[in-house]
Amino acid sequence: MSILSAKNVTKRFGGLVAVGNLNIDLEEGSIVSIIGPNGAGKTTFFNCVTGFYQVTEGEILFDGQSLNHRSTDLITRLGISRTYQNIRLFANMTTIENILVGEHPHLKTFWAEAIFRTPRFLKEEKDAEAEARRLLRYVGLAGLGDSLARNLPYGAQRRLEIARALASKPKLLLLDEPTAGMNPNESAEMMRFIKNLRDDLGITILLIEHDMRVVMGISEHIHVLDFGQKIAEGSPKEIQRNPRVIEAYLGRGAASGLEKQTDGISATV
Amino acid sequence: MSNEKKFTLRNAINQGLLAGLITTLISTVGMVELFSQRQLIAGVMTMAQLFIFLIPALISFQTARKAPKNSILLFSAVTSFFASLPVLVLILLASTFGLRRFLINVSPSLIETLTFGQGPLVGSLILVLATTAVGVAAAFVDQMDEKIRKPILAGLMWTILVGTFSEILQERLRAFFGIGFTNLIIKSKALQPVAALIFLVVVTAISYFWQQRGDSIKKGLASQSATQRRNMTYAQRIAFFVLLLILPLLLGSYLSEVTNNVGIYVLMGLGLNIVVGFAGLLDLGYVAFFAIGAYVMAILTSEGFLGVAQTSFWLALPVSVITAVIAGILLGTPVLRMRGDYLAIVTLGFGEIIRIMANSDLLKPYIGGAQGVLQIPKPSFFGTSLIQPGQLYYVVLAGVLLAWFVSTRLSNSRLGRQWMAMREDEDVAEAMGINLVNTKLLAFAIGAGFSGLSGAIFASKLTSIFPHSFNLLISINVLSLIIVGGMGSLPGVVVGSLILVGLPELLREFAEFRPWMYGALLIVMMLAKPEGFWPSAIQKRELHADEESPPVEEVAAAD
Ligand SMILES: Nc1ncnc2c1ncn2[C@@H]1O[C@H](COP(=O)(O)OP(=O)(O)O)[C@@H](O)[C@H]1O
Ligand SMILES: [Mg+2]
Repeated sequence: MSILSAKNVTKRFGGLVAVGNLNIDLEEGSIVSIIGPNGAGKTTFFNCVTGFYQVTEGEILFDGQSLNHRSTDLITRLGISRTYQNIRLFANMTTIENILVGEHPHLKTFWAEAIFRTPRFLKEEKDAEAEARRLLRYVGLAGLGDSLARNLPYGAQRRLEIARALASKPKLLLLDEPTAGMNPNESAEMMRFIKNLRDDLGITILLIEHDMRVVMGISEHIHVLDFGQKIAEGSPKEIQRNPRVIEAYLGRGAASGLEKQTDGISATV
Repeated sequence: MSNEKKFTLRNAINQGLLAGLITTLISTVGMVELFSQRQLIAGVMTMAQLFIFLIPALISFQTARKAPKNSILLFSAVTSFFASLPVLVLILLASTFGLRRFLINVSPSLIETLTFGQGPLVGSLILVLATTAVGVAAAFVDQMDEKIRKPILAGLMWTILVGTFSEILQERLRAFFGIGFTNLIIKSKALQPVAALIFLVVVTAISYFWQQRGDSIKKGLASQSATQRRNMTYAQRIAFFVLLLILPLLLGSYLSEVTNNVGIYVLMGLGLNIVVGFAGLLDLGYVAFFAIGAYVMAILTSEGFLGVAQTSFWLALPVSVITAVIAGILLGTPVLRMRGDYLAIVTLGFGEIIRIMANSDLLKPYIGGAQGVLQIPKPSFFGTSLIQPGQLYYVVLAGVLLAWFVSTRLSNSRLGRQWMAMREDEDVAEAMGINLVNTKLLAFAIGAGFSGLSGAIFASKLTSIFPHSFNLLISINVLSLIIVGGMGSLPGVVVGSLILVGLPELLREFAEFRPWMYGALLIVMMLAKPEGFWPSAIQKRELHADEESPPVEEVAAAD
């Protein structure tokens, strides 16, 4: 059964078609990638799913419910959470506080209970903090709970953003270029981490990624966008051989040519 | 600031001229002459002299920090020497041409102040030599070890403060120790030289030993258990509360009145701190809720012809607060989608609308128009009317403590985190499942509630209110005190109110120059301490980092 399905989704900004007539179906529990050159509309699609943009045409269904006209916070409560291409942590809050904000949809106490410190409030806060520390350990940042998010090193900030996204206990996790700016070792590490996420927690993962080693290494299915249109989809093997994909990348003289990188992968495999 | 750029002698000269021009400016606008009427230390120094020397001293301090290591004294001497030149030019021009025709404030008595009453020639010489000497002394102090420099600066600062407020201190000392003893310390509104010297030495010594002790405590703290540490703060807290309770007895009537005025602003500041400091919503019409609280209190309790119910203060108080809260929600709803500048402008409009409505003919039959509402009774407590400032103090204190309590509890809760997240990044906050509408409205409502409470107490304290008491300047004052104290910091609100509300009340005779000092303070703040005098816990939290936490690099390397 598909957990997310985009049906003929189009998003226009004035005359610009950022996403055009896109159809995507996500199998529950799978790891799927969206690739494509810069400006292809990948992030725009994420923004449509999370309700940050309203789709111009078409419909997005999550667990059979339409996401059209739903506000961002309600979509998060349905079980979708995301990270951002350019990290967007709450920079002046501590690591733990960032995760606690992520837990927000699962906290129930009324604000006035905080003033009187009711037992229910105290228990909920205690549990929430324990959960936050657990998540912090899970992403490998144990002991950094009280440092400010902006003071963390780059890689740690990426992990924290994932921990914050996990805190809302999502069914679907959208990762926007999780390895951007990482060296090959860190990327490989992140790839393993993402794979574990799915294997441990059963979360469906949709990721946007430029690093072809990562994409080919962990994706079960790949969608390729160019100028907002889907030009190909299939397994990593199929995508590597698809002439349209190679053209989309090489034709525009992209620095990280797909062919070169895929060659690298076949060489290492 | 940057290390690459070399600080040359020419820079030092420029700095000096800048200091000199500032001194010349405050002389020509009449500040110095006014200041010369306030004695800091009897027969030794007036406040005017302090200012004439303080500005070159501060700038020489700056020079000393930037100058090349081997010629610090030379550079500072150059700076302070040049700082005296513009003033010198002023003196010479004034004594040869008489500048009074163009600059009304350049009077003979100003020149006398600037030349220490020694005539233009000798006086100018003294001015140049003394200014240079002060600059060199400042550089000397700057070169000292921190362990000695800090106590000396603390001693100087406290002596100057005591000298500035000697008139009030004199009155207080007399009340407690009688005239005879007081005259030894402060006589006819001026600190006595010997007392000043003793005070300087004692404060410096205390500050020195306090610092030593502070160091050893910091070392000891690591070995102490958490409960021991907490007990210490409990003891401190109790001492602090006792102090708050007996404060009016120590302060006397006049200072209690000043404290009450500060408290009214603290209460408003705590409310605006939730809106601006916690939730990051720039509200410039905050005075609206203060006005609403005040008017509701006035109409409900007034014994004049506008009073509708003549209810008691205590009954009217919750009604005022609730009305302000409802107004906060009503005014908050239309601006929910606005951000930043737009929000600021629209709320600014709201504040003005409320004031203009209070002034309008339409509402005049109900709230008195420009004539305001009169005959508002003071609060009474079990039959006694709280007429004295020292009695009203407890009403203000209760309000402030309540607002403080609610602020702390909320800031450490889910709602507080929602506010902070919203302040940091509204879009991401929403993507975390936070309902922005509720979160914003709660901030507006609670902020408005505190402001309404403040307004209600204000009305009852003044016994009459007029629309002009609720102008834009109040909103700006409250915002400024939050900025000066430190955004989002509760102690910062108190510090800000003391500086921006308390100080001007104590320095009434300089009311004319209040906007000047205000502006200068804000500029200096932005340059020297942009995070405020008492910034919020962010920095402190950093120090509290997990005891077991390994340094960042280790963690990164470990996995
Ligand atoms: N809010 C917006 N307004 C106008 N144009 C936008 C907006 N967001 C994205 N775009 C445009 O849509 C196109 C797709 O952008 P994006 O989805 O960010 O690409 P990418 O695939 O690199 O993530 C780009 O041409 C971009 O300029
Ligand atoms: Mg993108």
